[in-house]
Amino acid sequence: MSDLLKNPAILREIIMDHYQYPRNHELTNQEGYRQVHMASESCIDDIYVEAKINQQTIEDIRFDGVACTLGTASTSIMSELLKGKTIADARRIMDEYYQMIDGKEYDEDLLQEAVAFQNVGKQANRIKCATIGWKGMEELLKESEDEHDQ
Amino acid sequence: MQNIEQIRKDFPMLQNRQMNGHPLVYLDNAATTFKPQSVIDAVVKYYTEETCNAHRGDYELSAMVSQAYEASREAVARLLNCESKEIVFTSGASGSLNLVAYGYGRKFLKKGDVILSTEAEHASNILPWFKVAEETGAVVEYVPLTHDGHLTIENFKKAMHDGVKVVTFASVTNVLGYIAPVKEITKIAHEYGAIVVVDGAQAVPHIAVDVRDLDIDFIAFSGHKMCGPTGVGVLYGKYDLLEITDPFMLGGGSNARFDICGNILLKKPPFKFEAGTPAIEAVLGLHAAVDYILNLGYDFIMQRERELHDYLVSKMKELDHVVLYNPEAETGIVTFNVKGVFSQDAASYLSTKGIAVRSGTHCAKILVNVLETSDTLRASLYFYNTKEECDALVEALKTTTVENCVGIFF
Repeated sequence: MSDLLKNPAILREIIMDHYQYPRNHELTNQEGYRQVHMASESCIDDIYVEAKINQQTIEDIRFDGVACTLGTASTSIMSELLKGKTIADARRIMDEYYQMIDGKEYDEDLLQEAVAFQNVGKQANRIKCATIGWKGMEELLKESEDEHDQ
Repeated sequence: MQNIEQIRKDFPMLQNRQMNGHPLVYLDNAATTFKPQSVIDAVVKYYTEETCNAHRGDYELSAMVSQAYEASREAVARLLNCESKEIVFTSGASGSLNLVAYGYGRKFLKKGDVILSTEAEHASNILPWFKVAEETGAVVEYVPLTHDGHLTIENFKKAMHDGVKVVTFASVTNVLGYIAPVKEITKIAHEYGAIVVVDGAQAVPHIAVDVRDLDIDFIAFSGHKMCGPTGVGVLYGKYDLLEITDPFMLGGGSNARFDICGNILLKKPPFKFEAGTPAIEAVLGLHAAVDYILNLGYDFIMQRERELHDYLVSKMKELDHVVLYNPEAETGIVTFNVKGVFSQDAASYLSTKGIAVRSGTHCAKILVNVLETSDTLRASLYFYNTKEECDALVEALKTTTVENCVGIFF
């Protein structure tokens, strides 16, 4: 992994950048997209995550809504990281991300910019912020798989 | 003039408590307040010296506790200027408001009747009415607030009409801290034949509430927001209204007789509402809290909060990057935002400086339409706070930037 991603100042800049200039931050509301509403029960983070998923890959991910720095930046990074990935790869990355948030061993190379959230687990009340978009994507994947299984 | 240093010594939580390596600056008193030693002692004494059930035993100890329990009711009655039989102990303000909504509202409201409320209400005083409206076919209407969130008598008059059967609002709102013109509202509401239900959760701990003078029909509040224990709240109701209000729960202690055919003879108010063993230690602790408040005096408490509020607001006005939503509030609630910083990020950052404030919608989710912001920060002061604590908040706000808020994670 790049040494840059070990520098706290750079990691902070990554979160700032994704908060101030979130990527994929517009819903398409187009046909072929699935949408999930993620409204935190404990704070006011309230976002919609949208994804276009075919049988093997995640073609597109988008989101919009009201969220804090962590909620916005983590969802933005997730959207970049998982877009274009196969479902299997996306699931692996998600698992690594949750491992990191839980303070366990994780694969830095798979997570890339998402390693910026490595210390969030130390502030328990903010874990939900850093996972809200990821959990939304997880629901969309599950929904898609359930449908294809039928 | 009371000595603040002396007063602060009464509160164990104000003795050298730290948060994140800084002296704890607790500015979330609208959520709950610290307890003076006298309240803690009353709770502990029940467990160490007085444990037994109230209103049940024929033995000496039980009679003593029953007496102490009723003495607490009398203390609350003195606080509100009413009769002790008009005081119902509940689990808290939410319990009290639900009791009125279900016990009175559901029983007497009919299809098309109107429940008149405001857009500044806490969830506790609007959700039960939503439910009652759904069940009875009644309708919830709102008195429009002024652009800065005030409930004015002019707007109330315009919204009032013959169909309104229940008028309900917080006499001090939990987000903006404004004091509503209760006396004028009850007078007009009564002319239309409506009853007035007041959410007093943010009022009774901070301002004198004379239910006779204000002619309030029901008022609800919690013990823990006024230096008392959690788990106990109060519903005051005019006695004739309590008599026709149904209990929310039935059970031991609320009935005088029942038989195998299902006939129930309920006790008289307030006892018919207090089914099951109550939070006895909390009720005894509430007595100590009421004594503490009355000993300080509402004049002192109000003056002190006003002084702290005005001081904090004047200092915050000097910060260009802070937006204030209620600089004119009469009580100790200061609602604000730091420009460009999401409220929860700011609250997390302030926590790293030892400062406890609240972020979010503060349970008043309709109010966001009035404030035109999705969320805010709230610093809520109580009499034991100090100007030095206000200074600590202002200093910390000077460095509250997005960079620093994100920086706490590294």
